[in-house]
Amino acid sequence: MSQEPAPGQSDVPPDGTPPAGAMTRLPESSLADGEWHRLHPATPLLRGGIFVFAILGFVIANLRERLLEFFFNVPRYGGDPIDRIYESGTVGWVLLAIAAVLVLILVAFYFGWRMHTFRVNKEAVEVRSGLLFRSNRKARLDRIQGVNIVRSLIPRLIGAAKLEVSVAGQDANVQLAYLKSSLADDLRRDILRLASGARRPDDSATVRGQAGSQIGTGQAGAAQVGADQTIADQTIADGSVAPDAVGAGEPNATGGRVAAAASGIGGFATDRVHDFLAPELDPDAAPPESVVTIPPARLIGSIVFSGFTVFVVLAVIGLVIAFSTGATGWILFAIFPGVIASIGYYISRFTKSLRYSIAGTTDGVRVGFGLLSTSNETLPPGRIHAIQVSQPLIWRPFGWWQIRINKAGHSTNQGAAGQASTTTLPVGTRADVGKVLELILPEYGGQAQQSLIERGMISPGGDDGFTNAPRRAIWLRPFTWRRTGYTVSDGVAVLRRGVISRDLILVPLARLQSVGIEQGPIQRMLRLASARLHTVTGPVSASLSVVDVDEASRLLERVSAGAVESANLDTSHRWNGYAAAVPTASDEPVPDERPTP
Amino acid sequence: MSEQNSAEQNSAEQNSAGQQTQADGRLNLPNVGEWKRVSPKYLVVEIVGTIIFTLVVAAITCVMWLVWDQLWAAWVGGAIVLICLVTVVLEPRRVRSIGYQLRADDLLFRRGIMFQRFVSVPYGRMQLVDITRGPVARWLGLADLKFVTAAASTGVSIPGLPESEADGLRDRLVELAESRRAGL
Repeated sequence: MSQEPAPGQSDVPPDGTPPAGAMTRLPESSLADGEWHRLHPATPLLRGGIFVFAILGFVIANLRERLLEFFFNVPRYGGDPIDRIYESGTVGWVLLAIAAVLVLILVAFYFGWRMHTFRVNKEAVEVRSGLLFRSNRKARLDRIQGVNIVRSLIPRLIGAAKLEVSVAGQDANVQLAYLKSSLADDLRRDILRLASGARRPDDSATVRGQAGSQIGTGQAGAAQVGADQTIADQTIADGSVAPDAVGAGEPNATGGRVAAAASGIGGFATDRVHDFLAPELDPDAAPPESVVTIPPARLIGSIVFSGFTVFVVLAVIGLVIAFSTGATGWILFAIFPGVIASIGYYISRFTKSLRYSIAGTTDGVRVGFGLLSTSNETLPPGRIHAIQVSQPLIWRPFGWWQIRINKAGHSTNQGAAGQASTTTLPVGTRADVGKVLELILPEYGGQAQQSLIERGMISPGGDDGFTNAPRRAIWLRPFTWRRTGYTVSDGVAVLRRGVISRDLILVPLARLQSVGIEQGPIQRMLRLASARLHTVTGPVSASLSVVDVDEASRLLERVSAGAVESANLDTSHRWNGYAAAVPTASDEPVPDERPTP
Repeated sequence: MSEQNSAEQNSAEQNSAGQQTQADGRLNLPNVGEWKRVSPKYLVVEIVGTIIFTLVVAAITCVMWLVWDQLWAAWVGGAIVLICLVTVVLEPRRVRSIGYQLRADDLLFRRGIMFQRFVSVPYGRMQLVDITRGPVARWLGLADLKFVTAAASTGVSIPGLPESEADGLRDRLVELAESRRAGL
């Protein structure tokens, strides 16, 4: 979309790039060129969706008898507003008023749309909006916590998507609602590429290749992907913007563009159908070894064996007792809405988590899900503040685990299954957990660390690399004291606790905010203390309720020293910048103001 | 209880072999420098606050008990007043327990006797420093300094610093944080 966006509805960029141009897309078609751009022309309608429904509801409520008469020949009694207008003889005025209101709304929409612009440059993503009250919102690229693309059902039908750039802080996100669906993915890639600090296309290609083979740990497939990207980038090495190397050689994308290029409604419809039928994750967007998906059967299992089901079962038992002791039929009416709500809850959780996929891309972890409304978020490296791998008792027979994370930026969109977007893996086997941890903590993937994580997940305790609570903690934690322990290795604090519901918590020390130890009177009698690693707010609370009192002070020293050291080595605010400067240490200085330790 | 005692003795022996240990099981940090304490005048701020609170509670209790004839209010109010009086007695020790020190890379903070708390905050994690002054504290020339990180649970707030010291400490902390700035 250039300065004068075409009102056309197709997904072809309005600058008329021919389908063949998909191979060598020119920089002008990128939205991240530092110029101001406008949003999708249908934006006002989509954003005002609720307003439109409210008007429709109002009209129907007032004219329902007339509508019934019109459609079903039901005779009506009493007048409605139309009768009153007709009788008072002011039909002309009313029509004029309606027309005026319509024109006003359209004009307001048009100007609102015209004034709502955004731009992406090397420093920030910026949005200007508002007609009377101008607002300007800017998100610095090195502070990006995640980029989310949401395609809700209705916007998706007309090929629009919402892109949200999360930054830390309450309600501090920058939303681009709505963009053309096909452009949103490209824009995200460009934003992340700019944010990563990779300034030149060949730099980014090298890094991509490295990252690709890193994830695959030298497997043939990953190496192939890396090589492809390098070649693709080299073919247009003179372009100043990295090309869509991933999608370049891909028949699907080209097919989609050809279909879209066939102008008119036919092409548009084909494209939309294609959009709905396409797999959740573009098969070439990430090396296949890194992709984690959830089979539908396991998904259903995890939803059935959840805390909510326990509640439902208890409610049913209560009802049976109520009936057997002679309750009357009125109770059915009382519970009927509850039954409907429960069924709705199960169905919505199921459809929202369908097609769940987690994959490692070059610019971070991509978490996508959804059947009708889809959402996929990319978390750049180093944006995860704490990770919790947990297993409720009810899942233990199946060997299922869940992963939740703390992150600083929160998308307004909910995560899979209506859960918070902090649930990275709703349900997975131990192998899946290993893969996901490798994606979200790539620097922690060695053999020793993996076995440590495994011990943390399933070991019953004992001398296994963790510093556990002493035996006298049995007075405070009769079941879990054996497993309550911690260790610090390779810049990550690993906490383990819980027996009935097993938890393993990983805190990257580079992200740790502070660490505290506490002691109450009962703990003092037992020579115990508790410890807590303070991270940004989230579902994961990294705390140990019982630690030996001397061990607690050692923990404080170890963790705080580790936090300082890891933070000095951390470069993830420009995650590719540092690495990219190494292979071509020629003209550009390291784009990174790392303080001297 | 005998099991527990023997277990304690065992571990105490093990610990004493390794490093110095706290005989009474009290949480303490060995090998740290001198703690900086808050101004003794801060005691006045705390006591004035507690006394005002006690008076308010006592007044409400009296009204409910004598005017509205609610006997339970007398018991509840009496208990609260008693707790407040005990707090006043313990106040000097509580104020003395508050301490902080600026180490090479982090700020170390401690407080509490009954419920002890030690926190270490690396300078680079500082988001902002807040200085607040209540009416009594202002009259005594004191200020509270709050160290805010991205984690809400950090909760490091050093009360009762002389105003000039609070300003100096703030500038020093900002300077330290600036030189060790990290991402979030």
